[in-house]
Amino acid sequence: MMLARETETALKTTPLHALHAASGGKMVPFAGYDMPVQFAPGVLREHLHTRNSAGLFDVSHMGQLELRAKSGKVEDAALALERLVPQDILSVAPGRQRYAQFTNEAGGILDDLMVANFGSHLFLVVNAACKAEDEAHLRAHLQDSCVIEPLPDRALIALQGPKACSVLARLCPEISAMRFMDTGPRRIDGIDCFVSRSGYTGEDGFEISVPAEQAEAFAKTLLANGDVMPIGLGARDSLRLEAGLCLYGHDIDTSTTPVEGALEWSIQKSRRHGGARAGGFPGADTILAQLEKGAPRRRVGLRPEGRAPVREGAPLFANETSSEQIGKVTSGGFGPSLNAPVAMGYLPVSLAAADTLVFAELRGARLPLRVAAMPFVPNTYKR
Amino acid sequence: MTTLYTTDHEWLRIEGDVATIGVTDYAQSQLGDVVFVELPKIGRSLKKAEAAAVVESVKAASDVYAPISGEVLEVNDALAAEPALVNSDAAGKAWFFKLKISDKSELDGLMDEAAYAKHTA
Repeated sequence: MMLARETETALKTTPLHALHAASGGKMVPFAGYDMPVQFAPGVLREHLHTRNSAGLFDVSHMGQLELRAKSGKVEDAALALERLVPQDILSVAPGRQRYAQFTNEAGGILDDLMVANFGSHLFLVVNAACKAEDEAHLRAHLQDSCVIEPLPDRALIALQGPKACSVLARLCPEISAMRFMDTGPRRIDGIDCFVSRSGYTGEDGFEISVPAEQAEAFAKTLLANGDVMPIGLGARDSLRLEAGLCLYGHDIDTSTTPVEGALEWSIQKSRRHGGARAGGFPGADTILAQLEKGAPRRRVGLRPEGRAPVREGAPLFANETSSEQIGKVTSGGFGPSLNAPVAMGYLPVSLAAADTLVFAELRGARLPLRVAAMPFVPNTYKR
Repeated sequence: MTTLYTTDHEWLRIEGDVATIGVTDYAQSQLGDVVFVELPKIGRSLKKAEAAAVVESVKAASDVYAPISGEVLEVNDALAAEPALVNSDAAGKAWFFKLKISDKSELDGLMDEAAYAKHTA
């Protein structure tokens, strides 16, 4: 059998790198960083532990940025950012955050991100692989009215799962009062953090931005709680897949619009036709037209009928014999909580309805899959 | 009964002209949690180095190659029902398939246990 060969290149490290190594993390290159793909228990147990208890994830490779209006008003920063995203940023209240996408002139997605209103300015969290381009994009378009400040000296730690709240509340009781997508600066265990009640697993949980030099001590404090286990990228991927969440560069990219990506829910009325601030973002013509008339294809959930995982790149067909490819799988694997394979991919809208039977080609055979509603595993956000 | 190993982390247990084939404990430790195994059809004639089976972990799919040429006599159906056997007993209960050896000289290039231990050291 063939085992993957590991290549050595100069990789960046996060402030938790030494801790991962000491915790038995199996390190792999990811978005230019040397990151743990799993720890000793393995992807399956790490995944299930997160769903049943609490998992600690190092997501420090992601980009953290502050966006401040030169006027000093957060509203001006929000209006400026609305020139680059189809979301309503102005209505994000202080202490709240919202999911958004940077779009291009064709309506494709340059990156997806979280935008938080910290009262005086906006705080953005973007994908690791896109953070340099995102920063350049913000500078190119918003430099006239805003100051863009990346925060490379902050780590980002996600604590996810049904026990995340009780674990974190022992260090900072006030976080229990936060609801899903609440965010802001909090002092936890004597550390100045930015905390949001959010994450990318479908579970209740928190993402905590911590000064780099205090990150390891903070992570160790969390890990000292018996309910908390360190979790690698492998389980992070299976958790977000079961939650039906997109992985940028796979499920969405510059060739997919937010409508094709089934992300209409993230575009508020105020930015649509007839809204108070309709359009005015890159690719608005395409995206607003698709919001009204639909897009030719759509991202859907897929449940393989057999036991074989159907992975990224597998071509999709309408039946067992057709030679015409109708779509492809963009993420796929095994869902430990479902104890079954799960996938997502793109299909023509005519075949995107739930329960539609399609076929993936795998190792020369056509395997049946059913279009399925997402999330595959119900989320447990504290709304 | 002799056990031989390939550089691709498969083992062969030779009994007369029948070889039982599986993946090594080292291989399963690298694969991670196995969730699916696809086995060859009984009666299929395999050539040495041909893809014969597939083992899927939570992370990735990997081919299992025929380490020697031969006809598939038997496959381990227990793996379909319980793929995790590959993790718990790679060298034993998690055998993949049995081949009727067509050319015993193909065994010459394989490693014994000591050589394989050195290979994975």
